Amino acid sequence: MQPNYIVIMAECIHCGQDCGKNPVIWDEKPFCCNGCSMVYQILSEKKLDRYYDMMPTPGIRLDQENTSGTRYAYLDNDEIRLKLLDFSDGGISRVNLFIPAIHCSSCIWLLENMNTLHHGIMHSHVNFVRKEVSITFRESDISLRQLIELLHTIHYIPDISYNKEKKDDHQKANRRMIMKIGVAGFAFGNIMLLSFPDYLPGGEAIDELMAGTFGIVSFILALPVITFCSSDFFLSAFKSLRKKIINIDLPLSIGIISLFLESSYEIFSGSGTGYMDSLAGLLFFMLIGRWYQSRTYQSLSFDRDYRSYFPIAVTRLLDGKEDFVQLKDLKTGDLILVRNGELIPVDSILTDGEGNIDYSFVTGESIPVAKKAGDFVFAGGKQSGAAIKLRVEKEVAQSYLTQLWNEDKLGEEAGIQMQSIITKVSHYFTIVILAIAFSAGVYWSFSDFGKAVYVFASILIVACPCALSLTIPFTFGNVMRVFGRNGFYIKNTEVIEKLTHADTIVFDKTGTLTHSKSMNIGWEGASLSADEEQLLRSVARNSTHPLSVMVSEWLPVSALLSVDNYKEISGLGITGFVDGHRVMLGSRRFIAGNDASDESKISSVYVSIDNKLRGFFKMENHYRDGLSEVIAGMKHMQLHLLTGDNDSEEANLRAYFSPDTQLHFNQTPVDKLEYINELKKKGRNVIMIGDGLNDAGALLKADIGITIADDIYHFSPACDAILSSSKFGRLQDYLKFSKSAMKIVYASYLISFLYNTVGLTFAIQGLLSPVFAAILMPLSSISVVTFASLSVSMLSKARKF
Amino acid sequence: MSVIVVLIGFSIIVAAGFLVAFLWAVRSGQYDDDVSPSVRILFDNEDEKPKQTNTNQTKV
Repeated sequence: MQPNYIVIMAECIHCGQDCGKNPVIWDEKPFCCNGCSMVYQILSEKKLDRYYDMMPTPGIRLDQENTSGTRYAYLDNDEIRLKLLDFSDGGISRVNLFIPAIHCSSCIWLLENMNTLHHGIMHSHVNFVRKEVSITFRESDISLRQLIELLHTIHYIPDISYNKEKKDDHQKANRRMIMKIGVAGFAFGNIMLLSFPDYLPGGEAIDELMAGTFGIVSFILALPVITFCSSDFFLSAFKSLRKKIINIDLPLSIGIISLFLESSYEIFSGSGTGYMDSLAGLLFFMLIGRWYQSRTYQSLSFDRDYRSYFPIAVTRLLDGKEDFVQLKDLKTGDLILVRNGELIPVDSILTDGEGNIDYSFVTGESIPVAKKAGDFVFAGGKQSGAAIKLRVEKEVAQSYLTQLWNEDKLGEEAGIQMQSIITKVSHYFTIVILAIAFSAGVYWSFSDFGKAVYVFASILIVACPCALSLTIPFTFGNVMRVFGRNGFYIKNTEVIEKLTHADTIVFDKTGTLTHSKSMNIGWEGASLSADEEQLLRSVARNSTHPLSVMVSEWLPVSALLSVDNYKEISGLGITGFVDGHRVMLGSRRFIAGNDASDESKISSVYVSIDNKLRGFFKMENHYRDGLSEVIAGMKHMQLHLLTGDNDSEEANLRAYFSPDTQLHFNQTPVDKLEYINELKKKGRNVIMIGDGLNDAGALLKADIGITIADDIYHFSPACDAILSSSKFGRLQDYLKFSKSAMKIVYASYLISFLYNTVGLTFAIQGLLSPVFAAILMPLSSISVVTFASLSVSMLSKARKF
Repeated sequence: MSVIVVLIGFSIIVAAGFLVAFLWAVRSGQYDDDVSPSVRILFDNEDEKPKQTNTNQTKV
């Protein structure tokens, strides 16, 4: 037999992945799969092939081609359709879709040229930061369903869900923040210009008319600063005071208010020019700090609830007819139809069909579980294979996993928030400053009451902890960006401080410590001849089951032979005739007929050729690269491992973990959550590292929940941070980096305290002048910001981030 | 010298004009996405290619 096979190692023109051993050739270009070449064909037909010129390999590969034509049929339901549309009038509609796959300029170009793909599309506009595309279309020419199917055919699959409000809120808050910065900057520049005579020697000589006008204009310019720009600080101080906590905004607000009152008094009494320039400058710097801190990852979602994981509608069977029903309207006892690649949205009982359910999002285990009619099926799995019918047993919100998720959210809110360093510092800072101000005021009131009020105000002004308040935003804000560049995405800057306090780490196993998609594979049995390997590979290539794919990839490259009478029996195995030989691959029950009890521990694929058992492929978990480094780097912490699997892997795990590490097997999601709870009760600061929905409760409960994700834009359970799975080996570096960043914060605090001491010595003596304030305050802020930013960037270079 | 008072009045009016323009730009969403406009400007309009979408339209 002559292999008619050419080995081409090429990159797919569409997605850039290795084409493997059997590239699809179209138009003399190599593609990794039919899906990719289909997109190329569509685009070149419509003369949109410039898509491939702008960026090399811009396309998106779909691992699972969902061929069922009815996947988006629910979009024809009017109620759902109208809920998704932003706007609809006179047949013209607009929809805003979140497309996680948007990643390059080619994406923008193609999506904004959608009108070429279909004449019904009038206009499309991409927001790259939010990974959204807003499409205006004529519903008489193209329906919403057709539009989304069109996006699907070019592999830009929108994430369809209802939760839009959160994103809009963020956008509004961001716009408001930028406007505040603009107003504060405007006032700062203009007031400084008016205060200029004060800065120069001989400035006192300007005539009274001008001095008066300058004062009044400064006052008018300062009004929007004190009302509009400062409102967040006042509000936050007020809120925390009501909770009997002193946060940084309280001393800031006291400083701002005393600056404004003292300056207004000086201006209107004609006794001086006031400190309006310092006031506006202060707000300008502090608002920039707040804005910098709030610039998080807009397209990432850290607090998704179960609703964004499940589809918004399912197919319901009613009197033998199919219709679409929104998930929330699903009732116990309803019959639903779940097709290939669709999610099972509720706990239900399989009534018809062969279930082959992939729970990789729930447990991290990618090998599908076989279910037969009458079996109970938990929500969260994905059916692969023919459509199945299910009877709903519990409503969506009452399903096992979703319930766990909901309950815990409530618990989280009621929990006590950890006191951050800035709150502790502000607490003492405020008390000390008020004590100094009062005692200095009392001291001066014996000699000169007017002077006493002035000294009192000056102390509050000069002690305004703006440099202090800028430290965390700039240090941690920069750390957050450094982490983000390296595949570790943090919800907000508070998480960094929490990371430094952590002393306990709890790992999940499947999907977290192990790869969810690949496994170690080995052959047990008499060695196979090259011809036999060719037979096996030819049969295994026909199946998309993860185990078959692994077997066919493990076998050496050979020509594919034609397979007759190929059959795939769900949950058991595959069989076919090749070259006159009967080849069977599958479970032990399928091949040998008996069910050995020890089998469940390891996944294995048994092989028989011509009804003779030849041996089996042994599949073992493949631990992530760098696992031993991660564990070595966390020696000083208490490590725990919780897994839903049985203890078959214990020996392998022990090789990585030290003997005092606690390994717990057969843990249910509730067990995991309770375990974290126990640790927290013992006063430990817990990091939970997990991946699937079964960790969702534990991730929420832990002080810090870190999710490991192969694709950060895809669904991940609610958490504090998302770690890209390729960066798992650097986990301990991130923790160390946070600790060093904390030292930078302490050093910055020291610098700002030094400035405060200098300022206070002048203020106590009653020597504070507008010029002095105008120099000291910006100087302290700028030097702290520079110090924080430079140290973090130097640290990141030294640590090779 | 008191002419300076008048001049300052005018200068603030001019500056306020720019402030209003800035606030308008923020409100109309021009600061929402700071990546795609920088990319979009580099797309060429080719004759045989269909009309480029109106890239100035930033209202969402």
